[in-house]
Amino acid sequence: MARYLLTRAWQSALTLLLSTIVVFVGVRALPGDPALALAGEDRSPEALEAIRRHYGLDQPLPVQFAQYVERVAQGDFGVSIRTGTPVSSMLTTALPVTVELSVLAIAIASLLGVGAGVLAAVRRGRPAEWFANALALIGLSVPHFWLGLLAILYLSVATGLFPASGFVPLLEDPVDNLHHIVLPAVILGTGLAAIIMRQTRSAMLDSLSSDYVRTAKAKGLRPRAVVTRHALRNSLIVVVTVVGLQLGGLISGAVVTEQIFGLPGFGKMTIDAVFQRDYPVIQAVVLLTATAYIVINFFVDLLYSVIDPRIRVTGNPA
Amino acid sequence: MTTAPASTATTVLEMRDLSVSFPTETGTVSAVDGAALDLAAGEIVGMVGESGCGKSVTGMSIAGLLPGSARVTGSVRLNGTELVGARESALRRVRGREIAYIFQEPMTSLNPVLTVGRQIGEVLQVHERMSRRAAHARAVELLTLVGIPSATHRVGAYPHQLSGGMRQRVMIAMAVACGPKVLVADEPTTALDVTVQAGILQVLRDLRDRLGTSILIITHDLGVIADIADRVVVMYAGRVVERAPVTDLFARPYHHYTAGLLSASPKPGRHASTARLAEIPGLVPVLSTQPDACTFADRCPAADARCRESAPPLEVAGDGTDHLAACWHPCPPQPREANR
Ligand SMILES: Nc1ncnc2c1ncn2[C@@H]1O[C@H](COP(=O)(O)OP(=O)(O)OP(=O)(O)O)[C@@H](O)[C@H]1O
Ligand SMILES: [Mg+2]
Repeated sequence: MARYLLTRAWQSALTLLLSTIVVFVGVRALPGDPALALAGEDRSPEALEAIRRHYGLDQPLPVQFAQYVERVAQGDFGVSIRTGTPVSSMLTTALPVTVELSVLAIAIASLLGVGAGVLAAVRRGRPAEWFANALALIGLSVPHFWLGLLAILYLSVATGLFPASGFVPLLEDPVDNLHHIVLPAVILGTGLAAIIMRQTRSAMLDSLSSDYVRTAKAKGLRPRAVVTRHALRNSLIVVVTVVGLQLGGLISGAVVTEQIFGLPGFGKMTIDAVFQRDYPVIQAVVLLTATAYIVINFFVDLLYSVIDPRIRVTGNPA
Repeated sequence: MTTAPASTATTVLEMRDLSVSFPTETGTVSAVDGAALDLAAGEIVGMVGESGCGKSVTGMSIAGLLPGSARVTGSVRLNGTELVGARESALRRVRGREIAYIFQEPMTSLNPVLTVGRQIGEVLQVHERMSRRAAHARAVELLTLVGIPSATHRVGAYPHQLSGGMRQRVMIAMAVACGPKVLVADEPTTALDVTVQAGILQVLRDLRDRLGTSILIITHDLGVIADIADRVVVMYAGRVVERAPVTDLFARPYHHYTAGLLSASPKPGRHASTARLAEIPGLVPVLSTQPDACTFADRCPAADARCRESAPPLEVAGDGTDHLAACWHPCPPQPREANR
């Protein structure tokens, strides 16, 4: 286990370093001079030069990078070029929104997806299965920005059931907070729910026809116990894998969803930063996303061994 | 159909005229056709026959474990209570408590993500309303009973942490947890090597002696039959073709199929043997066509026109009343010597 953790930590550090380099270089390769964007009205060469010096943009790239890494290691992500606020304080307001949105979306998607998947497998060849399959097809094929727009149109604008945009922090007013975030979370979760449903269904069909399910029936267990304790527990490993693999998609989906519902989260912050060539913000966002990705995947791997005792984490790649 | 009077001991399980068919895309497959057998208290009955002849389907149909697509007719009575067509809730009370099963592959038949203690305890929780803790304690006793060393330690193991023989012992512990009246063991030793096999058969024998459980043991292996069974049922293409006490059958087979099976068989004894069914020329008939004829006719050395026109009933053969065979032209005595 210790060896596994060590290998894992080393791999993670390397991944983080690589993604930092890629973004650092990539951001600077974008067309457009940030100094120009910052200069505003006064575009005299002297003014631009002063700006470059102020932000360290006149240094060679490796030097800029070294300075950046040093500062980040101390928790200093720099100052937003656009607003002048420290990036770290922007993150503390934006991050909770996105984390809440994603966690809620994953929870809703898992609940709906696993529920519908189990139902489709148990009620094979009956209307319930067709219904679940049709829903999954819709969830997979309809882009969620469009679903989001429809939801706003019908559930917010026409009926006023949900607010069309805006956000209230969780700690300020939990009820109002949920009211604002449930609809975006459902929309963000639809695609994931559909994928989870399909995977759950096929995994359940496999385990329902397995020998150990036959044994469970032969023991005289109730159908509910056979399905949940025996078949579903063995299918969950698939669900966890799918959720793990879909996280990247979920993060990019969150960016779009936040934009549509006007949620002041990470995604909105990223898009604004990209349009404004706000280097420090973009860099911080990517670094954090990569970190989140690595941490979550680590937990997914640990979860495997909790669900399936045959999988024991070792230092060797399986 | 003539049926033998149940032997002196009380009959626990009574199967009469059991037929099972499966609708498939290419037509209806008849897997079992009019099977009949009795299990007396504390009796071990062996069931032999080639692969695909319907042994497992017969075994599974006893407690209604076949998939929903199966069409089952006939009668299976457990102490007089009809099980064919019984309500699912009634069958659930029977399964695991009065009729228990052991399957061939102990690896895949155990749930990989639950400890063996949990899997054994589950039966007790559902049928005896035991608490989880009490069931766990009982699981340790059961593991000891089936000969698993350091049971207190093993009760927390997952199936993949145990050897094949130990897994099968776990299956047996699970099956006998509620002291069932009938144990259906579908090829319990086929996946195991010979020494382990002997140990498992010993455990089954002990259980019969200690708990008085009646055991139906399904196998390809005549050695297993010779080793453990009191009586034998021979199946061919979905039909019971011969039924007899084990010594009678080995001494004097009446059906030509049985004779073919025995031509490379061991004598009844106390030792497990690896002898397998001898190759009999010809193909096993397609089960979707159940002709009004002896199903073995095409492969039988003694078949004539009558065999192809009408199916012989299972009737008392020879002098004993409990030796039955379904054959128009039973084998002459000592067929094996006659062949040489
Ligand atoms: N669910 C099913 N659907 C259709 N046909 C089936 C089904 N289950 C069994 N059969 C058919 O029933 C016949 C008998 O099968 P069964 O499993 O009882 O054979 P068996 O004697 O146990 O063979 P083996 O020694 O290989 O275990 C086979 O021809 C099989 O194809
Ligand atoms: Mg079988």
